[in-house]
Amino acid sequence: MEVRVANVRKEFDRFPALHDVSLDIKSGELIALLGPSGSGKTTLLRLIAGLERPTRGKIFFGDEDASHRSIQERNVGFVFQHYALFRHMTVADNIGFGLKVRHGATRPPAQEIRRRASELLDLVQLSGLEKRYPAQLSGGQRQRVALARAMAIEPKVLLLDEPFGALDAQVRRELRRWLREIHDRTGHTTVFVTHDQEEALELADRVVVMSQGRIEQVGTADDIYDTPNSPFVYGFIGESSSLPVKVENGEIWLADRPIGLSAPHAPPGDATLFFRPHDVELLDGCSGCIAGTVVASRRVAGTRRVELEIGGQRQRVEIELPVGHPAAQKSRVAFRPGRWRLFPAA
Amino acid sequence: MTTAPAPAGWRFRQPSVIPGFGLTLGFSLAYLTLIILIPLSGLVWRSAALGWPEFWSIVTDRRTVNALEISFGTAFVAAAVNVVFGTLVAWVLVRYRFPGRRVVDAMVDLPFALPTAVAGIALTTLYAPNGWIGKLLMPLGIKVAYTPLGIVIALIFIGLPFVVRTVQPIMEEIDREVEEAAATLGASRFQIITRILFPGLAPAITTGFALAFARGVGEYGSVIFIAGNLPYKSEIAPLLIVIRLEEYNYPAATAIAAIMLLLSFVMLLIINLAQSWSRKRYG
Repeated sequence: MEVRVANVRKEFDRFPALHDVSLDIKSGELIALLGPSGSGKTTLLRLIAGLERPTRGKIFFGDEDASHRSIQERNVGFVFQHYALFRHMTVADNIGFGLKVRHGATRPPAQEIRRRASELLDLVQLSGLEKRYPAQLSGGQRQRVALARAMAIEPKVLLLDEPFGALDAQVRRELRRWLREIHDRTGHTTVFVTHDQEEALELADRVVVMSQGRIEQVGTADDIYDTPNSPFVYGFIGESSSLPVKVENGEIWLADRPIGLSAPHAPPGDATLFFRPHDVELLDGCSGCIAGTVVASRRVAGTRRVELEIGGQRQRVEIELPVGHPAAQKSRVAFRPGRWRLFPAA
Repeated sequence: MTTAPAPAGWRFRQPSVIPGFGLTLGFSLAYLTLIILIPLSGLVWRSAALGWPEFWSIVTDRRTVNALEISFGTAFVAAAVNVVFGTLVAWVLVRYRFPGRRVVDAMVDLPFALPTAVAGIALTTLYAPNGWIGKLLMPLGIKVAYTPLGIVIALIFIGLPFVVRTVQPIMEEIDREVEEAAATLGASRFQIITRILFPGLAPAITTGFALAFARGVGEYGSVIFIAGNLPYKSEIAPLLIVIRLEEYNYPAATAIAAIMLLLSFVMLLIINLAQSWSRKRYG
């Protein structure tokens, strides 16, 4: 089922949580809403579910306007960060709940509900735990039950709110891979919220980066990482370094020296240069480069991260050098960013 | 230094890092003995002096049986009514924000604080045939004061805070997400209350019921004013005990007290067992 969010605004007590957000989700897609806390990602998810009503704007499921449909009518599967299982019911009863509360002819017979529950337990790899109570399961198992419960109603969309947020790193990685597999097998349109960029980039077909109630960028992991379209995305996704620069005659200047990068289309004036610390070219001489004094050097996993102080204004940037590279021993290092982007100074 | 290997099998005391087990357990036992066990065993002791046939004839006496029936019956009905309306009051206090909520919240505790005789007299004044409410009920043929119905009303008044105060904190802890989860699965508001919220509250409601019931069985002060105290009709067991005492018939008084004690103990024990069973299941 396609989901279309059209110019949605949401206010809580007159405080805007979302400003005019639009988003198209294709059928069968796995989408991540990524952002720092307070960016409005959970609010957007809850609006799609119907747990909140938009202040303005509409939400479409397929061609149908679902904005004023109740939660019950929307038929969405929602998975909460803290599982929200019914603790007085067994695992099987939890999973069958959505079918059991249906009315009249739409309710499957008890036998069918039981069969469906054990089928879903197989899918989430928890066969044999039908009779357990949620209190007798581990965190990872509870979240799998929660997912099975959400899928039991054959939802139009699966919505997951920080599904792995309460789990430890190991279980989290495992469940991440497993969620991808389940998605590929069942093909539900799925939207999940996360503040973990690794999770978003690894798992999702497309990532929606949000900040302060707005969508900053929508794209594949490659788009988001390689061509961030705003200083926020550059800073939020992956490592980045930035320097205040000036554009004159299509050339980029750092203080009073050109750094050998040309930006023919950039408007003249102050700007900020962004680049990835690992994506730099080291230079020997320096006619048109960025050069700085080494002030700190740290070993991080397979690389060495060097902090440089640049120019008279003592701007600090970080770059990454291969371990054992001779430049790390020097007191002065010159480099030029490989892939970079320029944003006008705010 | 070596430590002795832990002996296998059952042990009186589980190893624990929390100190003071011996001291606190000793104190608790001594305290409970002094406050509860000694007075109650005195009771059993005195009634045992009667001898079995005499005890049995006092206990099975028509007046005694009627008094016990009235005491336990009205306490049961009042506790049942309190379960329904006390839960409702707790719901309103927990779920809604309205002006005066704190005042209502404080009002719930009044039956705890008010001298029970005052409550009894106030209720009698209201429900007597010429009282404000009694006057309205009279033409409908409903007589409240001086009947078991009056006793029930007095016990509802006395028992209300027990239910509200046990249910309220549990209700406050209910996770909103659980209700939201049920709603996304298609459950209606009514289904959420009956299938999700109520089962979660059941242990607290049972406790509230047990407390209100126990309090109602033993209640004296408020009931004697409204009950009319007609033997065989609206005479409660605690009053019968007082009557026997005033007649200097101590064995009869203790015999009635002992049978009340036994009945109450059995009922509370059953309720407690039911609760620990449900707690074990739902964790």
